[in-house]
Amino acid sequence: MRISSAHETYAQAESFLDTNVQRVMLLLLFAGLVVFPFLADQYWIYLACLVAIHIVGTTGLNILTGYTGLISVGQAAFMSVGAYTVAILEIHVGTPFIFNLIAAGVVAAGVGAIFGVPSLRVKGLYLAIATIAASFILHFLYTNGPSILGGTQGLSMPPARLFGYDFVRPFQLYWLFVPLTALSVFAAANLFRTRIGRAFIAIRDRDISAEVLGIPLLKYKLLSFALSSFYAGVAGGMWAYFFRVVTPESFPLIYSIFFLAAVIVGGMGTILGGILGAIFMTVIPELLKLLVSYMTFIPDATAQLSPIRTIVFGLLIVMFLLFEPQGLAETWRRIRRFFHLWPFKK
Amino acid sequence: MDWLFLIEVVLSGLGSGALFALTGIAFVLIYKATKVINLAVGEMLMLCAYFFFGLTTALALPVWLAIILTVIGGGILGGVVERALIRPMLGESPISVFMVTVGLSSVLIGFVELVWGGDPRTLPNFLPTKPVFIGDAYVSPKIAVCFLVASLLIAGFLLVFRKWRGGVALRATAADQGAAFSCGINVPAVFSISWIVAGMATAGSGILIGSIGGISPSMGVFGLTVLVAVIVGGLDSIAGVLVAGLAIGVIEALVGTYLGGEFKLFVTFVTLIIAMMIRPYGLFGTIEIERL
Repeated sequence: MRISSAHETYAQAESFLDTNVQRVMLLLLFAGLVVFPFLADQYWIYLACLVAIHIVGTTGLNILTGYTGLISVGQAAFMSVGAYTVAILEIHVGTPFIFNLIAAGVVAAGVGAIFGVPSLRVKGLYLAIATIAASFILHFLYTNGPSILGGTQGLSMPPARLFGYDFVRPFQLYWLFVPLTALSVFAAANLFRTRIGRAFIAIRDRDISAEVLGIPLLKYKLLSFALSSFYAGVAGGMWAYFFRVVTPESFPLIYSIFFLAAVIVGGMGTILGGILGAIFMTVIPELLKLLVSYMTFIPDATAQLSPIRTIVFGLLIVMFLLFEPQGLAETWRRIRRFFHLWPFKK
Repeated sequence: MDWLFLIEVVLSGLGSGALFALTGIAFVLIYKATKVINLAVGEMLMLCAYFFFGLTTALALPVWLAIILTVIGGGILGGVVERALIRPMLGESPISVFMVTVGLSSVLIGFVELVWGGDPRTLPNFLPTKPVFIGDAYVSPKIAVCFLVASLLIAGFLLVFRKWRGGVALRATAADQGAAFSCGINVPAVFSISWIVAGMATAGSGILIGSIGGISPSMGVFGLTVLVAVIVGGLDSIAGVLVAGLAIGVIEALVGTYLGGEFKLFVTFVTLIIAMMIRPYGLFGTIEIERL
């Protein structure tokens, strides 16, 4: 069992991690992340990069849906804005990698704030429908907009370059993506220790009370949209560097639903939930693929893979909502509590 | 400007608008009774269309029997979904219930692909092929029949809601669940009935849409356009759905003809955004007043 720690100073009480166990765990995690690419094969590193991208996107959506209580089915659409920004900057301007990602975030934040305007008048499910509109409107602009967007062909772009070194393979990109992801998760975790983050939570719990308490809803709802889209934009930029082809079809509506599912499966309104959800939703389809490849006794098993994946994707959402509405973060907490109380409560 | 052509386009728009309105009734019914936006309406419609396809081709049943069985099947589907997925979510946040229907739509798509494969199919042709003329304007016979059938069904629904006790119970439940319950209305039964009737409506429109444009696992996207019509009209207003459904149908037909097919969805969703900015709760929807 774990004995709780007594805080002696304010600095201790306010610190991000309050026990040494947590610090050691975090160090172990980082060590694991450093060692991982040397042990795993190409395929698992590829997956790890994809997971990193999804964690950024999911954390962003969690800021909006989990913490501010505004539901959005447009995360992939805002990701596409980031991806296109990066592609255009790489092809036509050639600005450095980090600048491109930040620009992707900023542009996506702007677009997100525009589509967030309906959130000032409508709430909940009406808003979800308005963000679905973002998906279709942006898709139309990519295919029929100015030729710089590449039409239905999309855009092919050169690899990321940093210090005169090309990042092409997943093994190389891993070293860019994982620190970026860690940084953005850390930023999000800290956001909710600040005035802005607390305001978001107040709006989620009761928006009218929040307004009465002096939180301008207009400003903070748009800010939440912008922040969430900033994360989506950065994730989209990473996505563009990862696949290096950006087409209008890369970010379908179902991809937005994927992010929403990851937030729900992981646990709304917890940072850990965003991470767990993104990992879970990315890895499960791959595990299914493995499972199906072992089932050689069923003829044509691989041909049935895609519908089975679709079914499992839907079932995961439904089952989690019915049986574990707080998501994987709650499962995690329950497991931890079991070990904290271990000898006393069996 | 070719006026005759314009009229023909508007007429075909009204035809598909009637289908929007018929499917939209499913959304409105479910929302009125249970306050759920069912994103899976499009996919329920698709499953019913495939069910009809299976009955007429694999089992070779006559069309009239297949239609009846499909409508019954749609009702059962609606009832099962309500009991198994929506009832346990009673009292949860609207976001969660909404996501349950999103998950359901994914399950239905996967199920249809698993059973019938992902390729588009055509339904057996049972609609007349003789061209129809209204005045001088040509209307595709399929669309004319669909318009007629959809209007009849809608009229039937409206009559039922006005006259039948269950319809009155539904309206009472929509107005105030607690008050309705204390007047002796079996509110849980109203939930079930609204989903069953909505399932039947989707079955009807599934057969009609499938017979016009063929069926495929992705035909559920139709549900999104209908959802736009429902939101523009007001989520809890049957009259709103009828008006907005027809309007969206005509707008889509005009845009598709004069600007090109790729503009259809774009204009539909721009209409949605504009409508939301001006009248957030739809043309005829009740404005929600929050009490503290």
